[in-house]
Amino acid sequence: MAGKEIAIIIVFYVTCGVVVISALIAVFARSVINAAFALFFTLCGMAGFYFLLSADFLAIVQIVVYAGGILVLLLFGILLTHRTLEELGIEKRTTYIAGTIAGLAFYLILIFIIAQGLWHQIPPKPMAPTTATIGRLLLTKYLLPFEISSVTLLAALIGSAYLVRRKEGK
Amino acid sequence: MTVGLIHYLIVAAILFVLGLIAIISRRNAVGVLIGVELVLNAANLNFVAFSRYAERGIEGQIFVIFIILLAACEVAVALAIVINLFANLGAIDVDRAGRMKR
Repeated sequence: MAGKEIAIIIVFYVTCGVVVISALIAVFARSVINAAFALFFTLCGMAGFYFLLSADFLAIVQIVVYAGGILVLLLFGILLTHRTLEELGIEKRTTYIAGTIAGLAFYLILIFIIAQGLWHQIPPKPMAPTTATIGRLLLTKYLLPFEISSVTLLAALIGSAYLVRRKEGK
Repeated sequence: MTVGLIHYLIVAAILFVLGLIAIISRRNAVGVLIGVELVLNAANLNFVAFSRYAERGIEGQIFVIFIILLAACEVAVALAIVINLFANLGAIDVDRAGRMKR
């Protein structure tokens, strides 16, 4: 086995560990603040997976948009919805039993399906930059979804600004 | 043994199930949103893995770009709703959100 493959395997399992453990913390932490910070490591680990899958552009987008934008938005949401520092993000005791049982059952079904499936695999091509190809496809074949998504983004931003505006007379 | 498609599918399944547990069990609305993010990330990982290991070329990555964009929209609108919920109820417990009907 070549040294490069061993390196890829090591990197894959380290990234796996980071993603799974931080996702476990994000789901089971009592404090929502802790969960949001654990989610940061999950998202960065996902960027690592994208690098391993030779999707360099997506890895950068993941870090910039998810870790830099969406996570900050979530933290703003947590900080804006708590009155005092003491109760900051601390949830009441939640019963995870039913949810965990349902989740494990679903996980077993998923693993069964993955193990059963005859996945048609091709040997992966060597890593190449993807940015030019993605840009060309977005402006030719996927031009209409691209434009629609920009309008969607505008509508969502205007809608959320409208929802949180101060009501008149208050 | 090399890292193949199956490995990524299993990691994505773990992430999806963890997100599902968060959606079902959390009572804090922001915690539910964190679960939704985990589920979307699991879907993204599947798309990228299939675009690398199947013969469909790069189009899976374009799907992922649109999913990330929709996730950003979803978080913005959902947080606006959560802040409204907090202004009306004084808490963001999703079990108590049923009172919004009245």
